[in-house]
Amino acid sequence: MGFADFAFYLFAVTVVTAGLFVVVSRNPVHSVLWLILAFLSSAGLFVLLGAEFVAMLMIIVYVGAVAVLFLFVVMMLDVNFAELRGEMAKFVPLAALIGVILLMELALVFGTWTGAENATALRDAVTPALEDTQNTAALGQLIYTKYIYLFQAAGLILLVAMIGAIVLTLRHRPNIKRQNVLSQIYRDPAEQMELKDVKPGQGL
Amino acid sequence: MIGLEHYLSVAAALFVIGIFGIFVNRKNVIIILMSIELMLLAVNINFVAFSSYLGDLVGQVFTLFVLTVAAAEAAIGLAILVCFFRTRGSIAVEDVNVMKG
Repeated sequence: MGFADFAFYLFAVTVVTAGLFVVVSRNPVHSVLWLILAFLSSAGLFVLLGAEFVAMLMIIVYVGAVAVLFLFVVMMLDVNFAELRGEMAKFVPLAALIGVILLMELALVFGTWTGAENATALRDAVTPALEDTQNTAALGQLIYTKYIYLFQAAGLILLVAMIGAIVLTLRHRPNIKRQNVLSQIYRDPAEQMELKDVKPGQGL
Repeated sequence: MIGLEHYLSVAAALFVIGIFGIFVNRKNVIIILMSIELMLLAVNINFVAFSSYLGDLVGQVFTLFVLTVAAAEAAIGLAILVCFFRTRGSIAVEDVNVMKG
């Protein structure tokens, strides 16, 4: 067994175990941490497959952004998770049944599937040889030429999601003092200060 | 030698775990969102595995789009969750029924 095989089995076992712990762990913070582990080891799987760019994207986007977002929300909301977890055992039989059925369906496909005969002829963008172009450069040449409209649409989706998230969570609380820049600018220094000549022993 | 089937099995296991998680944690929306992320991760593994074994880069391009949609979905889902928590004081999914028009 070579090093690549060993790495594959290591990452595969880690992904599946971490995924399982995401689902069954009692504390949601632990769930998020297991999710991060699952993303990291799937990034390892992608490196083994020769998709370095997607692997790095996985770490940056999922671990760096999505998982941290989950962590923020889990820690920010003051939820009694033990209460939510109380009835978990009630749903386990049904969930296990559905899982086993789905797994059996996938296992039925597993032994019998075959690729189409002309699958290699139908390829839209053949991966260039590693000596010519590296994975990231090849992907960039594809995204910015052939799939430029889809790429822009993806950006638009992110923009809409960003605006939507801001609009949903923004709230104006009425009783808070805020800075009013305009009124600050329009203040006249001559009217704001007055010099008084106070006589000793008299006061104003 | 690691074949395509190995990667497909990992992805299938992860997908089933995601489905299992949705049914087990029916009350906790945060874990449901995480289960959806796991399922999308399984889909991504399938895409990249086929892309690598067929020598077609389009699979990886599509993975980027799946990633985009997954990030957007997580952001919007969590925003809705925060909104819901502010008005109801809990994140139990059964209470979502009160939102019916």
